[in-house]
Amino acid sequence: MTYLPKPKLHHPELATNALGFTRRDYEGAISTLCAGCGHDSISAAIIRACFELDLQPHRIAKLSGIGCSSKTPTYFLGNSHGFNSVHGRMPSVLTGANIANRDLIYLGVSGDGDSASIGIGQFAHSIRRGVNMTYIVENNGVYGLTKGQFSATADKGAKNKRGVPNLDEPIDMISMALQLGATYVGRGFSGDKTQLVPLIKGALMHKGAAFIDCISPCVAFNNHEGSTKSFDYVREHNDAVNFLDVITGRDEITADYAPGSVEIVRQHDGSLLKLRKLEAEYNVNDRASAMNYLQHHHARGEIVTGLLYVDPDADDLHGYLGTVPTPFNALDDSALVPGAAALDKLNASLR
Amino acid sequence: MSALQAVNDFVVKFANVNGSGSASANRLFAQSILRMGVPATPRNIFPSNIQGLPTWYEVRVSEANHMGARGGTDLMVAMNPQTWDQDVKSIVPGGYLFYDNTKPMPASKFRDDINVIGVPLTAISNAQYTDSRQRQLFKNIIYVGALSALLDIEPKVIETLLAEQFRTKEKLIGANVQALHLGRDWALANLACPIGLRVRRSDRVGERIFIEGNAAAGLGAVYGGATVCAWYPITPSTSLAEAFTRYCNRFRVDKETGAKKFGIVQAEDELASIGMVIGAAWNGARAFTATSGPGISLMQEFIGLAYFAEIPAVIFDVQRAGPSTGMPTRTQQCDVLSCAYASHGDTKHVLLFPEDPHECFEMAALAFDLADRLQTPVFVLLDLDIGMNDRLCAPFKWDDTRRMDRGKVMTAAELDSGRQFGRYLDVDGDGIPYRTYPGTHPTKGSFFTRGTSRDRFARYTEEGAAYQDNMERLLHKFDTAKTLVPAAIRHDAAEPTRLGAIYYGSTSPAMDEAVELLAAQGIAVDALRVRAFPFGEEVMNFVAGHSHVFVVEQNRDAQLRTLLINEGEIDPKRLVRVLHFDGSPITARFIAAAIARTVAPEVPAQQFESVQ
Repeated sequence: MTYLPKPKLHHPELATNALGFTRRDYEGAISTLCAGCGHDSISAAIIRACFELDLQPHRIAKLSGIGCSSKTPTYFLGNSHGFNSVHGRMPSVLTGANIANRDLIYLGVSGDGDSASIGIGQFAHSIRRGVNMTYIVENNGVYGLTKGQFSATADKGAKNKRGVPNLDEPIDMISMALQLGATYVGRGFSGDKTQLVPLIKGALMHKGAAFIDCISPCVAFNNHEGSTKSFDYVREHNDAVNFLDVITGRDEITADYAPGSVEIVRQHDGSLLKLRKLEAEYNVNDRASAMNYLQHHHARGEIVTGLLYVDPDADDLHGYLGTVPTPFNALDDSALVPGAAALDKLNASLR
Repeated sequence: MSALQAVNDFVVKFANVNGSGSASANRLFAQSILRMGVPATPRNIFPSNIQGLPTWYEVRVSEANHMGARGGTDLMVAMNPQTWDQDVKSIVPGGYLFYDNTKPMPASKFRDDINVIGVPLTAISNAQYTDSRQRQLFKNIIYVGALSALLDIEPKVIETLLAEQFRTKEKLIGANVQALHLGRDWALANLACPIGLRVRRSDRVGERIFIEGNAAAGLGAVYGGATVCAWYPITPSTSLAEAFTRYCNRFRVDKETGAKKFGIVQAEDELASIGMVIGAAWNGARAFTATSGPGISLMQEFIGLAYFAEIPAVIFDVQRAGPSTGMPTRTQQCDVLSCAYASHGDTKHVLLFPEDPHECFEMAALAFDLADRLQTPVFVLLDLDIGMNDRLCAPFKWDDTRRMDRGKVMTAAELDSGRQFGRYLDVDGDGIPYRTYPGTHPTKGSFFTRGTSRDRFARYTEEGAAYQDNMERLLHKFDTAKTLVPAAIRHDAAEPTRLGAIYYGSTSPAMDEAVELLAAQGIAVDALRVRAFPFGEEVMNFVAGHSHVFVVEQNRDAQLRTLLINEGEIDPKRLVRVLHFDGSPITARFIAAAIARTVAPEVPAQQFESVQ
């Protein structure tokens, strides 16, 4: 298996965004995942989100760990630098990259094995630190590349392809992200791109640690009767609390909505999150009640989706560290090296 | 009974209880000798404990600049009842025992071949102070005062040091000076001062500075342009990251805005530390971590990624005795192999071996240039002996015309000029490819970094030929590294000899002295100090030019010897092991005796006990 470039032919009438790029300019190599894989839908959603937000492809850094989901950065944003790191360790690599250059947009793509099992520590700590990033877990409940073992997000009692039930309690990454202080938390479903694209857009525009858990059925190993991560199961149990639309500076809000049915949240960068409420009581600005809601609905076997929590005024790791506005990788000798005179003075104090 | 007589050449050892505040008093003692122009080398021997267990502080006073551990104690300051018996036992015949005689000790607790000096430290302190913490802390200063009288140390020198130490807390200056004189005056009034051991003012310290290696390395990282430090606390490396933090706060804070030109993250573990370093370095910042052996073990997978994906990283490994948790507060050179060949698969890494704090500074700064130039991890191998002990060394130097060598980084302009970019393409024939920082150019120069195999243009492939081509280029790059790392330094004996000794790192002072001891017995040895791996030609030439080559190391398995045999295809019989690995610093006596045993068995080992 080798690298498969896509043909560069464009349809002449392909729409362009404000930067003059077409959607094709945000694509990557041809996917080598299984036909029908949920992950490919997420890649397509990322492409659309970046295209619609008019992001410069090369100003995005895409990072991943190891696994099916972590392969996907090859399949989108071909003009971006990418980093397929080691298993479960994407968050630390992303954190370091972010410290080095605060001016890029950081997109971390991981899976449930990569982030909930081997990498749960790094997942937790990167969220805790408020790294300015979009962290997407493509969650299918199984290890795909090693052929179908349960991952840590598989529900207790869910059955594998051979009918053997999972005996362990599942880790709910959304609840964890909320507890750990993520400032933008959403859950999507790879089978619902209209919901997913705006979730990703909002996350990309968010300052701070944005986490998206995206249920992404594995067509090869976890899409059968008895699975709780199959297309059918997720469709039947999907409890969307809201529908998000992301409005950037140049768009206008035109439609009228019934009072109380729509909430507008203005993020730090000026982008607006327009939330059409599907669950009237759900408060997207209340971390504790979000956790409560999730627990109750999980107990009923429902999969809560939508934008679940946002703190539009969040700060990030650079804010906490108090760093200079210039990216570290652009600081030169004069900014970094104290010089001989300072050293002589220091020497004198050490005698 | 004899009483040892020595001027500016003796060993004082303080036996204390951890957490009793003795460390600063003992350092004050060592500094007062330095300020009298006499070289002194302290070593802190401490347990993995915060309070209550025994700790020792050994000061070797040597006008001849012998700075290695010597062995034996000439004057024991026995302040810890727990270790009394072993402390008394370690005194050389004719040596001195200084103790607190507030409470009487049975005669059986003493030896009749040593000179006993009792000072009622507790009684003096309790008579003066009421607060229990004050009583304890000032008792330490009182013994420094008494020692100043006994050893003829100028009190003015200590007073000046106290004034400098407490310049921001003036009230403490007077109180400490008073305590100093309580001890000094008591000794002058009640004891025969000075004793046979004396400090005499000299001019042998010169311009040298007194600092620990970890602090020097942290400062070197500032001068080396490091902006990102990710680390996890582990003895004995912690003070390196803390020193970096301290020096960054002094030198790297924007005076107007207070914004910081550095980012320091205390990571959740060593895996995250090295991951952050690799992420930051991939993104064009200079980044490092500081750790010790257990951390190196945890970082193995990431180190292989950095090697294979060719990402600069600087790793300071302050070595301690392993394996496993081993002896966390004892010194060894036991991570040479685990660093040289770190990670699974075929890997080789650049190692630097500083000998003292001066070189810790130099090599720290150099490591960042090497890592960027070679696009690979660079290890700086300190150990506890130089990392956590203050050591007299040459002052730090910096050339203001020096610029960071960021290596082969293609800019947007270069990409636009039509220069071909292949991330793993060897354009210059040195095995080192070009890289781009993320975000450089809208359409050119982006690439995918991965730990999986790929072709010269960073495209994923599982073709054997492309994989092998890349692995061979990495080997070629390692050959280039030989020409860039610091060369070994050779010290030839006064007369031609077939005997050679190879050593590295903190072994330097013991080795220098051992060569003198051996020469005094008519055994001439050429010495070669290896400063880096890969080894340059000069190392192999040295081995080829001697019939017996001793490889002196502080580990059990002769790790550098293994590396020499493996990389130089040297007949193992030609390399003789001299191994010291009990966790204490290697001594000249040990090295000299080991070499003499092989080449001159007729010379008794006691010949090397003399240090005069």
